[in-house]
Amino acid sequence: MSSSRTVADSRRGLPPVAAFLRRCARYSAFYPLVGLIVVSVVMAFASDTFLSASNISNILRQVSINALIAVGMTFVILTGGIDLSVGAVMALAGTVAAGLIAGGLDGGLALLACLGLGCLFGLANGAFVAFAGMPPIIVTLATMGIARGLGLIYTGGYPISGLPAWIHWFGEGSVLGLQTPIAIMLLVYALAWVLLERTPFGRYVYAIGGNETATRLSGVRVPRAKLLIYGLSGLTAAIAAVVLTGRLMSGQPNAGQGFELDAIAAVVLGGTSIAGGRGSLIGTLLGALLLGVLNNGLNMVGVNPYVQTVVKGVIILLAIYIGRERRAAG
Amino acid sequence: MTAILELRGIAKSFPGVKALSGIDLTVEAGEIHALLGENGAGKSTLMKILSGIYQPDEGRISVDGRTLRFADYHDAVAAGIGIVFQEFSLIPYLNAVENIFLGRERRRFGLLRRASMRDEAAGLFRRLGVAIDLDAEVRTLSVAQQQFIEIAKALALDARILILDEPTATLTPADAEHLFAIMRVLKRDGVAMIFISHHMEEIFEICDRITVLRDGRFIGVMPVADTDMDRLVQMMVGRRLEQSFPPKPPRSPDARLVLEVEGLQLERGGPINAFHLHEGEILGFAGLVGSGRTETVMAVLGAEPAYAKTVRINGEAVRLSSPAGALARGLGILPENRKTEGLITEFTIRDNISINNLGKYRTLGGFLDFARERTTTAEMMRQVGVKAPGMSTTVVTLSGGNQQKVVLARWLNHHCRILVFDEPTRGIDVGAKAEIYALMRSLTARGYAIVMVSSELPEIVGMSDRVAVFREGRIVRTLEAGDIAPAEIMRHATAGDIDELV
Repeated sequence: MSSSRTVADSRRGLPPVAAFLRRCARYSAFYPLVGLIVVSVVMAFASDTFLSASNISNILRQVSINALIAVGMTFVILTGGIDLSVGAVMALAGTVAAGLIAGGLDGGLALLACLGLGCLFGLANGAFVAFAGMPPIIVTLATMGIARGLGLIYTGGYPISGLPAWIHWFGEGSVLGLQTPIAIMLLVYALAWVLLERTPFGRYVYAIGGNETATRLSGVRVPRAKLLIYGLSGLTAAIAAVVLTGRLMSGQPNAGQGFELDAIAAVVLGGTSIAGGRGSLIGTLLGALLLGVLNNGLNMVGVNPYVQTVVKGVIILLAIYIGRERRAAG
Repeated sequence: MTAILELRGIAKSFPGVKALSGIDLTVEAGEIHALLGENGAGKSTLMKILSGIYQPDEGRISVDGRTLRFADYHDAVAAGIGIVFQEFSLIPYLNAVENIFLGRERRRFGLLRRASMRDEAAGLFRRLGVAIDLDAEVRTLSVAQQQFIEIAKALALDARILILDEPTATLTPADAEHLFAIMRVLKRDGVAMIFISHHMEEIFEICDRITVLRDGRFIGVMPVADTDMDRLVQMMVGRRLEQSFPPKPPRSPDARLVLEVEGLQLERGGPINAFHLHEGEILGFAGLVGSGRTETVMAVLGAEPAYAKTVRINGEAVRLSSPAGALARGLGILPENRKTEGLITEFTIRDNISINNLGKYRTLGGFLDFARERTTTAEMMRQVGVKAPGMSTTVVTLSGGNQQKVVLARWLNHHCRILVFDEPTRGIDVGAKAEIYALMRSLTARGYAIVMVSSELPEIVGMSDRVAVFREGRIVRTLEAGDIAPAEIMRHATAGDIDELV
């Protein structure tokens, strides 16, 4: 009797901080948040300019492109899929936008075409995955090659430059006191968050990743949802293309190589299960920031760029090892 | 003859279910011993214990008079037990030799001794009297040949006790005869065999003795020569633990037809089935495992493709090409396997109930109305009687009965009036079963129509207003009222070729 009370008391007597942390750890975005804080603190000690306002805004601007691509990637990975085509789709959409603008098309229409093209590629991915039942990794590997090739054909392999100054606003301008890329990033995250957490469609995204068969048998139109999810991934890649074009003031057919891997890294660092069903957009944003802080900090501290990629790889492994889902028996 | 294998007082429980108790089984060298029982009688569980996959809670296993404990499958193999599983364990892209020696390849200086392995495999097949192309990937071989490779694989491991779990289920009659010839060869060599089959004729043709199980208990053992088919069916069906079923309401003669299925053919050249369902009725789908019941309902719903089908709902012809389309027409399913097909186990009760009716909680802007979702979920949980700490409990922590109620609740917030219950009480304890049965009857009283696929005879008999009996993909008989009796159903479900010949 008394012994059982002691057990209960000691359990209740858990230090409040530890109890609080244990509650927090249930959220998938907890680990990336801790990681971001730890890495930031280390960087702040290593470099006195790291915490300056200009550097922080610099980091945010630098991560914006990866963070935008990672929005669509989060939806895709939540369903247990993957989209390798995003980097190439971004490059293609960017060159087409640049080409149309340089060719004298109305700016608004050109940007619309750019977004539409990204969307179209995504929908094509989705159609193959959802209706033909092909594995996403193969489908998007193939469309990655197609998009990259089309971009090179369209430009002849050379960058398209000579763009009007207004396009610069998307890469370097500011709106409401925020740099434009940061504002676009935050807006897209806000809209995507509402879509994922506040609409039936968002619930289907999680459900498909949780158990696709059960979701289908309960009468959800799973193929249609998948089609839209990949379409969304193409769309966010195209939004990233607009920012990139504004930053570079040109359409670069070779841009975005390996960006798909950075986006996947951000999503997974953000606590989203690669098998689907669990994860969050906030986690992805934190994951993208973590990668950005690492890039920026390692540069500022003066680490050799060759060493940097090794350090980043080790940190990703470590972070995912710590945050991995522990499947305890019972 | 001497007992090579002896099982005494084997018992095994799973959470909430007593699967086996007091099972005895003795097999002698050179004997072919039939293990007989309905679906769910405990045959497969017993064979899994014998092959070390499960550990018994009580009882002992002796081989050659020595008591052994099998910690895993490898211990059983080491003791001379070989298993030919219902689902083959061959690697489809390897050939027969590679499959037989998988995991224990012969090697010299780290390199494979291919000729030596090939010779031994060829010798095994010679002994069995079968011709197998040793270079062909096994996926290109016939089902029968794959089965012979399984047998050869067990023999290559020096198996002296061979378990054949429904080996003839997927064989043509000619291939089955070939298998029996092989079994006779092995019998002469002193190999003991445990043979599981639902085909009585086969048992009478090939077996020496029969052990009958029912509801996880040992019923009896006798030589084949001393028994006949009627007596065996009686032993299998028997008088069993009384599960209480709600009373069947009198059938109203003018009940509306709500579902009519005609010309349903799952694949080209396959059997063609038809059935219909009245308002307020429970139509039981009875038959052996693999007799095509689940495939039939899945095809009707459009969850699996059908080669041809005509479906009318409330008299109107409809095309059902997906579960979503079926839902739109008022048809829902509670799948056979709750964990893999019914539920998103890591999600909450609320998510699982509302997954297919989120549209109802949409506000004008397309956003979810969480408050309304919560009140409706609570109402649904109350209606079906889910017992759980709250609607945010993850369903994986619930008992089987409560999980089934969650799946049911999902369909009640719809205009759905036709529900398919596939094995509604599998893995559910007796008390919760009664609750599920009561729920089903309360639904039919409200005008729902139910198709119930079940492998449990008492459930079929106790719940169905009519019973369609399946055998080998075909509805062979539809039974009504007084004809719905265990022995009658079993006869139609198993005694296949006999009355077709008459």
